[in-house]
Amino acid sequence: MNQQQQSLETLQNIRSMMEQSSRFISLSGLSGISAGICALTGAAVSYDYVYGYKDYIINENVAIVQALAKDYSILLNTWLFWIAAATFLSALLSAFFFTWVKSRKQGIPLWGKTAKRLMINMCIPLLAGAIFIFRMLHFGTFGLVAPGCLIFYGLALINASKYTLPEVRYLGYAQLVLGIINLWFVGYGLYFWAAGFGILHIAYGVYMWWIYDRNA
Amino acid sequence: MKNPIDHLNKLFDSRVRLGIMSTLMVNADMNFNELKELLQITDGNLASHLKALEAQNIISVSKGFIGRKTNTMYRITKFGEKAFKAHLDALEKMIRATK
Repeated sequence: MNQQQQSLETLQNIRSMMEQSSRFISLSGLSGISAGICALTGAAVSYDYVYGYKDYIINENVAIVQALAKDYSILLNTWLFWIAAATFLSALLSAFFFTWVKSRKQGIPLWGKTAKRLMINMCIPLLAGAIFIFRMLHFGTFGLVAPGCLIFYGLALINASKYTLPEVRYLGYAQLVLGIINLWFVGYGLYFWAAGFGILHIAYGVYMWWIYDRNA
Repeated sequence: MKNPIDHLNKLFDSRVRLGIMSTLMVNADMNFNELKELLQITDGNLASHLKALEAQNIISVSKGFIGRKTNTMYRITKFGEKAFKAHLDALEKMIRATK
């Protein structure tokens, strides 16, 4: 066998081993698409509540509302909170499902070292962002919720991209830029939110599926 | 000119050992099961390669416990890192030489 050919093969082998052991590569493009569809659905359902066509308070009993007013649990009495929770959960579960299917196909354990590292590095900016937005709600700064979500999510993706498919980084940049632009268009938050979590996810998912999963 | 093959370390002359080394280059430590899953080989095969690398002081082994199960961790030594880098340099030179 040709010496050069052999050395090249060895180098490629080393490279793929390094990648495989340090990055979580089972992230499926379909996960992005499904999460995006969930986000668009959530945005559509919440539209009437956000822009005041429907009352966002679930229980109209004023006494209860006032009793809760000083408490965070007033959040639990809004339709928006439950729509957001359902959207988040369905996006997470569907994204998880397609990635689980892909990892089974590749024979890579879903909950290995690389997945753990990815989760931890993704969750640090997300948790900080969640706490920040939670406090912002407390002070009634609702207009900054959507840009806040986009900015922190973008930062989380940029941070996580070192531990998964490198293209995730560009999705992170896009979310970040969208969030920052949104800071100057407060009041259009839901549109920006839908564009970021819905359309960008779907576009990214389709691209990734085309590149990585189509032939698999 | 000296034959570049002379610089290739015989110790790394197998797919499994290359796999172990490249993995340990980018991960601070790996345990036995993680290596096994990644390389998809049998326990015995992996153990014998790990033993050979350990004997040459290329990797270090530490045993611990997760609950009641033993957890054997492998790390690359300073010497092992140097040796593997030299091996990669030799591979690179060989590719250039034959161009």
